[in-house]
Amino acid sequence: MKIGAPKEIFEGENRVALTPQSALQLQKLGYECVIETGAGAAARFSDQDYKDAGVTVVKTGAALWKACDFIIKVRAPEEVEVKRFTEGQTLISFIWPGQSEALLETLRTKGVTAIAMDMVPRISRAQKMDALSSMANIGGYRAVIEASNNFGRFFTGQITAAGKVPPATVLVIGAGVAGLAAIGAAQSMGAIVRAFDVRPEVAEQIESMGGEFLFLDFDDNQDGAATGGYAAVSSPEFREKQLELFRAQASEVDIVITTALIPGRDAPKLWLEDMVMSMKAGSVIVDLAAERGGNCDLTVPDQKIETENGVTIIGYTDLPSRMATQSSTLYSTNIRHMMDDLTPEKDGVPVHNMGDDVIRGATVTHGGEITFPPPPPKVQAIAAAKPKAPEKTPEEIKAEEVAATKAAGRKQTVMLIIGGLIMLLIGLYAPDSFMEHFIVFVLSIFIGFQVIWNVSHALHTPLMAITNAISSVVILGALLQISVGGGFLVTLLAAISVLIASINIVGGFVVTRRMLAMFQKS
Amino acid sequence: MIIGLVTAGYIAASVLFILALGGLSDQEKAKRAVWFGIIGMAIAVIVTVFGPDVNSIWLLSAMIAIGAVIGTVVAQRVEMVGMPQLVAALHSFVGLAAVFIGINSVLHALPLESHAEEIIHEVEVFLGVFIGAITFTGSIIAYGKLAGKIDGKALILPGRHLMNIAGLALSITLMMMFLNGAGIWTLLLMMLIAFAIGAHLVMAIGGADMPVVVSMLNSYSGWAAAATGFMLGNDLLIVVGALVGSSGAILSYIMCVAMNRKFLAVILGGFGGPSGPAMEIEGEQIAIDADGVATALGEADSVIIVPGYGMAVAQAQHPISELVKRLRAKGKTVRFGIHPVAGRLPGHMNVLLAEAKVPYDIVMEMDEINDDFPETDVVIVVGSNDIVNPAAQEDPNSPIAGMPVLEVWKAKHVFVSKRGQGTGYSGIENPLFFKENTRMFYGDAKASVDNLLKIIS
Repeated sequence: MKIGAPKEIFEGENRVALTPQSALQLQKLGYECVIETGAGAAARFSDQDYKDAGVTVVKTGAALWKACDFIIKVRAPEEVEVKRFTEGQTLISFIWPGQSEALLETLRTKGVTAIAMDMVPRISRAQKMDALSSMANIGGYRAVIEASNNFGRFFTGQITAAGKVPPATVLVIGAGVAGLAAIGAAQSMGAIVRAFDVRPEVAEQIESMGGEFLFLDFDDNQDGAATGGYAAVSSPEFREKQLELFRAQASEVDIVITTALIPGRDAPKLWLEDMVMSMKAGSVIVDLAAERGGNCDLTVPDQKIETENGVTIIGYTDLPSRMATQSSTLYSTNIRHMMDDLTPEKDGVPVHNMGDDVIRGATVTHGGEITFPPPPPKVQAIAAAKPKAPEKTPEEIKAEEVAATKAAGRKQTVMLIIGGLIMLLIGLYAPDSFMEHFIVFVLSIFIGFQVIWNVSHALHTPLMAITNAISSVVILGALLQISVGGGFLVTLLAAISVLIASINIVGGFVVTRRMLAMFQKS
Repeated sequence: MIIGLVTAGYIAASVLFILALGGLSDQEKAKRAVWFGIIGMAIAVIVTVFGPDVNSIWLLSAMIAIGAVIGTVVAQRVEMVGMPQLVAALHSFVGLAAVFIGINSVLHALPLESHAEEIIHEVEVFLGVFIGAITFTGSIIAYGKLAGKIDGKALILPGRHLMNIAGLALSITLMMMFLNGAGIWTLLLMMLIAFAIGAHLVMAIGGADMPVVVSMLNSYSGWAAAATGFMLGNDLLIVVGALVGSSGAILSYIMCVAMNRKFLAVILGGFGGPSGPAMEIEGEQIAIDADGVATALGEADSVIIVPGYGMAVAQAQHPISELVKRLRAKGKTVRFGIHPVAGRLPGHMNVLLAEAKVPYDIVMEMDEINDDFPETDVVIVVGSNDIVNPAAQEDPNSPIAGMPVLEVWKAKHVFVSKRGQGTGYSGIENPLFFKENTRMFYGDAKASVDNLLKIIS
């Protein structure tokens, strides 16, 4: 089977779906790789690099389509590209099936199997092919770089001979992959980073990246786990609270990076015009949701604008493409992992297993049918949040301890009283000679308890062996009986008892000594 | 020798026995402690033999000599892996001796002063024989199970509790008859019943619970000795019996706590069924070869090895010891994490590792090491299963829910050396094997570690 990557024809798209490195890996899976000439140029991969990796370079896109069974791309195919498909070919690329019904229909009628990299379900097993995450990671990083490029100050606070520089304050809205990457990047550049997300369970992740989680005190916190790890639409009351929080932040922060997206919907408007107006001059807003209309009211997709009050708003939608080498490397690896899953035997023969959660989820057209939307995956993305037990205060713990000590004390007292009564009862009826032995017995049990608790765990086997040996002290009984002359039977039984007890005594001690001799310090 | 001297000897012996047990609190003192025990025993036997009541010294000496030779030979020959069987077998001797002595004391009854004394004496005889008989057959069955001569699975007969209770009730009835002068046959019949109870009790207990059974039998042998002491009016027997009895009881208790089981539930046998469907396990078992394990070990700074019964079966302790030596020579921190019920005997793993010359100061108990797993690079699980089963913490419906376990899954990498897929002794699925940071290192434990040794020099 042949896998081919054409040159992206979308204006300004620098990425490529196949790199020399991923080609090598695909060949190991048994595939031949083909690339259109110049496809990797914008991502700094020359045709020669591809040739060196054993990739066939073809002159035109049309030739590529003719030659290959698999077409791997970054952007969804455009009209001219769609026309080139023939029946039985497979397309792997970003497709956005929710927004491109017409494309799905054409692909279906052409009998093309289409795998949408943006539909890979968010489960642990599929992380290696989650292209959205790898692109979002780059986007988040690049957003901070763009922001700092347009921001007239340092990110980090400094005290220099020329005066004190306050650190920049960055607000990240939406702590998905892009948000977390942005938090990490801004943090490592020295900025103070605050972050907000509607899913309270990501607070820990935000803090782990060095950000400060802006906590919104609201009962109706949604459980992000139920929606496959993505955010869902929030209630109007919640939204009000949220905007209030942002409004308060607007005058304080220098840089706002918004990454809030809800799958299959337009981006929610979270940074309203009045917030932009209350920001300081020179502030920067980077809107990563620009492609879906933007989180900010004033965002213009694909452009950088400056408002009247001097706030720069960046609405680039091609942030990953601006780092084409990096994003191509990651994206092609995602594709390679997808092919890996499609080729279980590693023999260059793809098996399109619709029973597999990941493959089923990503496939949008197959066998002349539109298979979008997929059924919900069987495996939950994130374990459902567990209700947390309320933390105990030190006072409560102390009180509990005191209560436990008291209860133990009461129990002990009761036991002692009962034990004492039983003793009294026995003492009333039993003869003196018995009581004399009984006191020895009881005291010995106590000594036994005190002594044995101190035996170290490692020595429990020797302990058993030695107690076994000394319990053969019953030999004394047999010794006394052997000579009382109570007849042959008595003597015989006693003699046997002496014999087996001696075996036990000697055996037990020898074994114990053998074991203990082995224990040695390093 | 006069009576006073005999008593003085007994006092000395009692003190020495207590010191012997107390000395086991640490490894260095323990070696001296055994001598205390030996000397104590020697004093006790000598003062009795040369005491005023004993006269057939030749017969005695012959019996003791033969017993000593047999005991020495057996004890010298036994493999350390066979230790559980040996201990169980030795317990049966104490039980049998107690039974014989009890019967003897009836065959040759001494005149007693009052009726009350007589009754108490007879009760003591009965108890001594009863406990001794249970210890005897119980130990033999335990020996058979541990040695693999009897199927290790729990034998669950219908109405087994009822059978035990009936046996007990019958024994009590027989005792009443015995007390009213019904004759020795009641004692002998009771002995047979007790034999049956002992065998049945242990048959009903699964192989995984054997540590508890062995320590319980240890305890019984002590109580049997104490009952014999009462019967003969001998304080030394009472002291020793009480010491051994309480020691075994404490060991059983410790084992039960370690398994989060009720003592009674273990003794009465059988595993309590799950209270609901077990949690579904997601993921797959991923295998790894020796090269992979060796690479991970090469990169690791800290390693913890968790051995179990599988290590004992495969005799893997020697290559493991060699592996540990080599890893330590490279400056890595290598330790062992021992669960209280690992193996078939309390402290079983410690003895095996000691045999393989693993220094005991790197052998840690569960409580000492459990907090260190998150900072550990590599954990190697060798032939243990239930004691590293996360279901005990994660799945409230698991039969072992709530049992303290070694939290190996918190380490960065976990390698599980195991003969093949499938559940272990207890038949419980182990989610550890399906975790993302777990790799299965299939094969016989010894062969696997030998392969590692070929790569790691």
